[in-house]
Amino acid sequence: MSEDLEFAFALVLSGASIGLMYSLIALGFVLVYKATDAINFAQGEFVMLAGMVVVVVLGAQAPLIAAVVAVLLVMIGFGFGLEKVVLRPLLGRPVVAVIMATIGIAALLRGWGPLVLGIEPRALPLPIGDEPIAIGPATLPPIQVLGAVVALGFFLAFNWFFKKSRMGVAMRAVADNQQVAQAMGINVERYFALAWAMAGVVSALGGIVWGSMLGVDVQLALVGLKVFPVVILGGLDSIGGALVGGLIVGIVESLAAGYLDPFVGGGTKDFAPYVLMILVLMIRPYGIFGRRQIERV
Amino acid sequence: MLAINNIEVVYDRVILVLKGVSIEVGEGAITTLLGANGAGKTTTLKAISGVLRSERGEVTKGTVQLRERRIDGMRAHDVTKLGLVQVFEGRRVFENLTTEENLIAGGHVQGSHAVKQGIDLVYSYFPRLRERRTQVSGYLSGGEQQMLAIGRALMSQPKVVLLDEPSLGLAPMLVEEIFGIVDRLVKQEKLSVLLVEQNATMALGVADHGYVMENGRIVLEGPADKLRDNSDIKEFYLGLNEGGARKSYRDTKHYKRRKRWLS
Repeated sequence: MSEDLEFAFALVLSGASIGLMYSLIALGFVLVYKATDAINFAQGEFVMLAGMVVVVVLGAQAPLIAAVVAVLLVMIGFGFGLEKVVLRPLLGRPVVAVIMATIGIAALLRGWGPLVLGIEPRALPLPIGDEPIAIGPATLPPIQVLGAVVALGFFLAFNWFFKKSRMGVAMRAVADNQQVAQAMGINVERYFALAWAMAGVVSALGGIVWGSMLGVDVQLALVGLKVFPVVILGGLDSIGGALVGGLIVGIVESLAAGYLDPFVGGGTKDFAPYVLMILVLMIRPYGIFGRRQIERV
Repeated sequence: MLAINNIEVVYDRVILVLKGVSIEVGEGAITTLLGANGAGKTTTLKAISGVLRSERGEVTKGTVQLRERRIDGMRAHDVTKLGLVQVFEGRRVFENLTTEENLIAGGHVQGSHAVKQGIDLVYSYFPRLRERRTQVSGYLSGGEQQMLAIGRALMSQPKVVLLDEPSLGLAPMLVEEIFGIVDRLVKQEKLSVLLVEQNATMALGVADHGYVMENGRIVLEGPADKLRDNSDIKEFYLGLNEGGARKSYRDTKHYKRRKRWLS
């Protein structure tokens, strides 16, 4: 392979693994939107919260496994609690009310974080070493490989859940038409809570891998911003879309950083995904895999 | 089987929609509820099934009893567990789910074994749904969607089915087919049906008992064959004149003669 090709391959590979980690976070967003029609602006803060929980538990000399269990429990509880306390009273209100509520939650979490942890970034060490893993002619840091594997695992699991399990089918029914779902004996509120709890689980894992890669402080919440190009590319309510959208955003970022930065002096990585997002909004506003309104003629 | 005693329904705490409605649905029988647009027929069904709550409506007076049990004020999914299910007007299938997934969702209150049996039962009544089992239901034809809506409701193994305008927007032949199947279901599966219809000819043809609603009240009630002979029903719902011949609307200034039972 020529050097140029090797460079391109390395960029794509690195972009894809980062992209899968974006998808993981976007998945939390999609789950909530799909089931409850709520747009969760606090997804990044969920991830930050999870990272902080892990750091706190590890800081108390607890083993890693205890930290993972703790963060899962905390985030599931947080998802359930949030739905029950904040969002359920807003049922039947305009969508904007829910959006404002999640923005409020986001601000709250961003404010509380430093109070608990201080403003210094904290390391979140995972026992996977720093030795880069060789894949073909390129190498990847182990944390990116772990993140990609975790993300793929979640996608397979959720894909099975929504296609094959009765709970998953019921959840899609709720997403499709709440009133009719109710009349079919489905406890709609319970499924709303479940969706938020699932977003909590995804965020917990997202917090571990992203926290380990970037360090844990308030800035960790900023990965949530990447959720928007990802879900708009893939479609707000499509799980497969979150996967593909994440991959595209990751690869575009990586290619932009590799090929454009040398000419403009850096920084293209941060806005390339948004340029793409605007283009997609103009061409396919419902995303690549988003649900089109079905209209029979 | 199902007894509605003098219920009042208020929307948004101020709008009085039903003003004392009483209906009795006999076991293993089809009871029909007729009336013009806006008479309160659909609201009556929603009050029974409990979905009224999600529209900010409330039963403020009277009771709804399923067998011996009061179900007014219960939440819709609990009512379904007790064996009463509503089929909505305008079909309302879960459009993004396949035919079979719609049925699975419909059997949510049942165990997984019962769901399998239920799907077979539905396919035996509606063979066309079997052919369409893996299709996304949003793309089914209107008749197939109506069959799916009824089949989906059967999945919860109900004792009482509230059927809201199954004839809406369907070709006459399909309407006949669907009514035929409903009739068979009632006889073979021992269902009790409360049927809301605008197509009075069809409804009175299959029903055992009928009610006529106007303006949130029941204004007329009786066995279906008596109602068919009632001169007001003939004129305003069946489009026949006194002698039973098809009426020509050229002969009368219909709008002036439109009779109100209440005013």
